[in-house]
Amino acid sequence: MQSKNKKGFLKAVQVSGICLILLCLIFIVSLFSLLLGSAGYGIKDIINLIFYEVENPVAIVFLNLRLPRIVLALIVGMSLSVAGALLQSVMKNPLADPGTIGVSAGAGTAAITILLVFPTLTTSIPIFAFVGAALACLLIYTMAWKGGIDPIRIILSGVAINSVLGAYNAMLQILNSDSLQGVLAFMNGSLSGRSWSQVQTASIYSLIGLVLGFCCIKQANILLLGDDMAKSLGVNVNLSRVFLSAVSAFLAAATVSVVGMIGFVGLVVPHIARILVGSDYKALLPVCTLLGALVLLVADTIGRILISGMEIPVGIVMAVTGGPFFLYMLKKTGEVYGN
Amino acid sequence: MEIKASSIQIGYGDYIVVKDIDVNLFKGQITSIIGPNGSGKSTVLKALTRLIDCKKGVINLNGENIKNIHNREFAKQVAVLPQIHSAPPDFKVKDLVSYGRVPYQKWYEQNTDEDNKIVEWAMEITGIVDLKNKSINACSGGEAQRVWIATVLAQQPEILFLDEPTTYLDISHQFEMMRLIKKLNQTSNMGIVMVLHDLSHALEVSDRIIVLKGGEKYSEGSPLDVITPKMMKEVYGVNCDIVMQPNRRHPLIVYKELN
Repeated sequence: MQSKNKKGFLKAVQVSGICLILLCLIFIVSLFSLLLGSAGYGIKDIINLIFYEVENPVAIVFLNLRLPRIVLALIVGMSLSVAGALLQSVMKNPLADPGTIGVSAGAGTAAITILLVFPTLTTSIPIFAFVGAALACLLIYTMAWKGGIDPIRIILSGVAINSVLGAYNAMLQILNSDSLQGVLAFMNGSLSGRSWSQVQTASIYSLIGLVLGFCCIKQANILLLGDDMAKSLGVNVNLSRVFLSAVSAFLAAATVSVVGMIGFVGLVVPHIARILVGSDYKALLPVCTLLGALVLLVADTIGRILISGMEIPVGIVMAVTGGPFFLYMLKKTGEVYGN
Repeated sequence: MEIKASSIQIGYGDYIVVKDIDVNLFKGQITSIIGPNGSGKSTVLKALTRLIDCKKGVINLNGENIKNIHNREFAKQVAVLPQIHSAPPDFKVKDLVSYGRVPYQKWYEQNTDEDNKIVEWAMEITGIVDLKNKSINACSGGEAQRVWIATVLAQQPEILFLDEPTTYLDISHQFEMMRLIKKLNQTSNMGIVMVLHDLSHALEVSDRIIVLKGGEKYSEGSPLDVITPKMMKEVYGVNCDIVMQPNRRHPLIVYKELN
């Protein structure tokens, strides 16, 4: 009895420790990110800003350009990695991410259509992207439904519908190849030039999504035990799958509609979190939340400062750095969830 | 407590696996379902435990159609260890067994002291207390099987269904499993229904045996009445003798030599 409590206690300490370290890292990177950029300011300027009245340009750069961007990066990172983690339980597949259930393609289709065919509606892109993501997701689940939900069928139906939407997106881009600026920014996910009002929208949706996500911890764990076992424990497997997918889609769609498509976060962050704390969602989800925030903030900061005078979209930074790092983790630990 | 299935038909899509059978199961009894591959044993087990729906017929639990019973209420009375189950390799044994308490908890509730006591009991009776802090992938096949049994025991069912509990286990672990099943039945009066391939085990531990052949019930009754040279020939196409031995309560199945 003694040793059991001790072990449980140690595990809790380990998880809280990791969370604390992540929080510190987030704080440090945020500070760096605030200081770094094409207009160079020092710590002194921040302190001045906090304690004294400061003339306009510095305040604008810090408070209206860099700070909202940092906050948005944190929110998006959290949402996408929790969305991925939940979906991996739904699919019992480590390769699942919000792209699998059509969120990216659906939002992309809506956004591209607006940008290229109805440019007057450009300011309403977030709403249309959200609706597009939801519709694509709904379509994939409807097609996959056959007296219940089978992960394999969701994945297959996702592949089919993603490819149709992808083809449509590509065709539209070919036909409008002279006005692709906005489309490219959306497709590669960018945090540049986001305002506080967008941060506000994103944070409300993400907060709702994250709270719902944390309510799913037990269900997510039970789904990992297999369908028959979950049913035997009195769990409505189909309902759990639909609910978890809906939460995941909601989180992903909320972010995609504000910042465009950012791939790989939902895939790579849950994996690193699993390597750190194991696959029990009680520990995994909190770590995912913080790690996701950190990873996206780092990626965005790198994208912002790597080439001076030019921004690399965060989606591209994520893919380029995340891929090799992921492979390194796989090689090093040899542990892959799902086998 | 009893489960009564009347003229149930079960299948997948257009393919009918089980044609039209009646099954009665009771608390306190050990019932084995035997039959050749493809005779519909596992399918019947799945239908009785609501893992699949019947195409025709009704299954009643204490007179109430099992379709109308709430998921969690059903899970408190009937537990099943499916043939296919999995867990992430790093799940701890104790955590896994704790999932047996899920039917008794709301989605936001954690284990109470009462739950912990029952989990402890389940681990004790299956002899896995020493393993409780190990992860499931560090357990051997026999140990893992006992961990899963402990999980369904933590559900405290009145009737426990096991789908081929001894498959993939070596002979010593097979006997250990049978001993455990006997013990559960005797100490907690738990009803046990299992699909078995090993007829010697069925002969030795069962109170009642149901023989399936081609999706139909061939016979049903006490082990000695059911397992006969005639049944073996007609159901399995195997020639054998059923031999009593001095100092043994249960007879032996002596198969005819190959050539």
